[in-house]
Amino acid sequence: MHKYASPKFFYSLAGRMTPWLGGVTALLLLSGLYLGLFVAPPDYQQGESYRIMFIHVPAAWMSMFVYMLMAGSGAVALVWNIKLAEIFASCSAPIGASFTFLALVTGSLWGKPMWGTWWVWDARLTSELILFFLYIGYMALEASIDDPRRAARASAILALVGVVNIPVIHFSVQWWNTLHQPASVSKMGVPTIATSMLIPLLLMALAFTVYFFVAVLIRMRNDILERERHTGWVAQMLESKP
Amino acid sequence: MPNLIKAIVCLFRRDLTVALRRSTDILTPLVFFTIVVSLFPLGLGPEPSVLRTIAPGVIWVAALLATMLSLNRLFANDYADGTLEQMALAPYPLTVLVLVKIASHWALTGLPLVLISPLLALQMHLPESAISTLIFTLLLGTPVLSLLGAVGAALTLGLRGGGVLVSLLVLPLYTPVLIFGAGAVAGVVADIDIQAHYSLLGAFLVLALTFAPWAAAAALRVSLD
Repeated sequence: MHKYASPKFFYSLAGRMTPWLGGVTALLLLSGLYLGLFVAPPDYQQGESYRIMFIHVPAAWMSMFVYMLMAGSGAVALVWNIKLAEIFASCSAPIGASFTFLALVTGSLWGKPMWGTWWVWDARLTSELILFFLYIGYMALEASIDDPRRAARASAILALVGVVNIPVIHFSVQWWNTLHQPASVSKMGVPTIATSMLIPLLLMALAFTVYFFVAVLIRMRNDILERERHTGWVAQMLESKP
Repeated sequence: MPNLIKAIVCLFRRDLTVALRRSTDILTPLVFFTIVVSLFPLGLGPEPSVLRTIAPGVIWVAALLATMLSLNRLFANDYADGTLEQMALAPYPLTVLVLVKIASHWALTGLPLVLISPLLALQMHLPESAISTLIFTLLLGTPVLSLLGAVGAALTLGLRGGGVLVSLLVLPLYTPVLIFGAGAVAGVVADIDIQAHYSLLGAFLVLALTFAPWAAAAALRVSLD
């Protein structure tokens, strides 16, 4: 197990894994988009514009999932002092923030034809916005500490505090929303979703997940090179590969 | 054990004494709180019905910002002169000492905010029934602000641009308190039952009291490394 956690071994392992995972991502993405954009029937209420869902919902799922992963690996890094977990946490933050941003943008694009405005203080959109702020705070804290080990530990504590708060924030916002907008429009208009729409949605969610791992592996490889640039194996590799 | 209690009492009294010697530090957030709230009628016009509807949110947001401004005082001076390192080395749990520091911080920032809030409520034309709610929700909510703020202050200790950074870390975490604090006051104005708001604010306080000193102590240890 320790072998896998050494940056040197992980660097080459990640290098071998990324092309395969990238291929899987492309396959899932293409099939999901094809089924979602061409095969799935238009919604009887929302027409064609509901298809934004195939990007929006997976992005929103990923934004939460990545934060959980980040906090989890931060905890691992704090408890067992594993360098790789620190690198994983710091590399996944910008990707998670991008997913959150994507969810916000697509949500607003969806809101325009559905509700007639770019922004609605809908419970889900609002908690997504606060999640975005949490990501920004995490990245700002990490960027302002020069020593990477110290930065990783400080931001891991912040991520753990954030992860305790996310459910609290989510339910508070939901409560606040029902108080202020009794007839709030539910985003997923239909409670049960047709199979022809569900399959592309799940494919897209899977594609986003695999894509996240590809992106995080590539980022981690760069980060490892930067952190280990003074060690022998990096120098050796750079010499052998002109 | 008596030693620990003695240490707690000593630290609390020391923090109060140090802060009272530099009383402008205590007054600044308070004046800030008053000025921010007073600016809103100037910006929105003196219509009492408008002011009444926005008052709960305005007062609560101003309290959030005032608390945030004062967070810098929590650890920065002790960090600069090395006292904080001695506390970390002391034979008492750092978590308890941090909790004491938070308590004294609240006594010097949160409590004055609570005490001055009725005046601002009158300024904003809040009905009298809502003023007592405002005081009680602030009493329950401001300790949470100090507790969560301590985590942010500990994380940003000694960093460049720490003051702005702490707001970025802490303000998103303040949203639940803001929602239920301001919601309770607005609920009284709108004649809604607000029992649940009190319960939830109390729950936040218990949650923050349990975890925040612990997280702040861990963050201090990282910052002192």
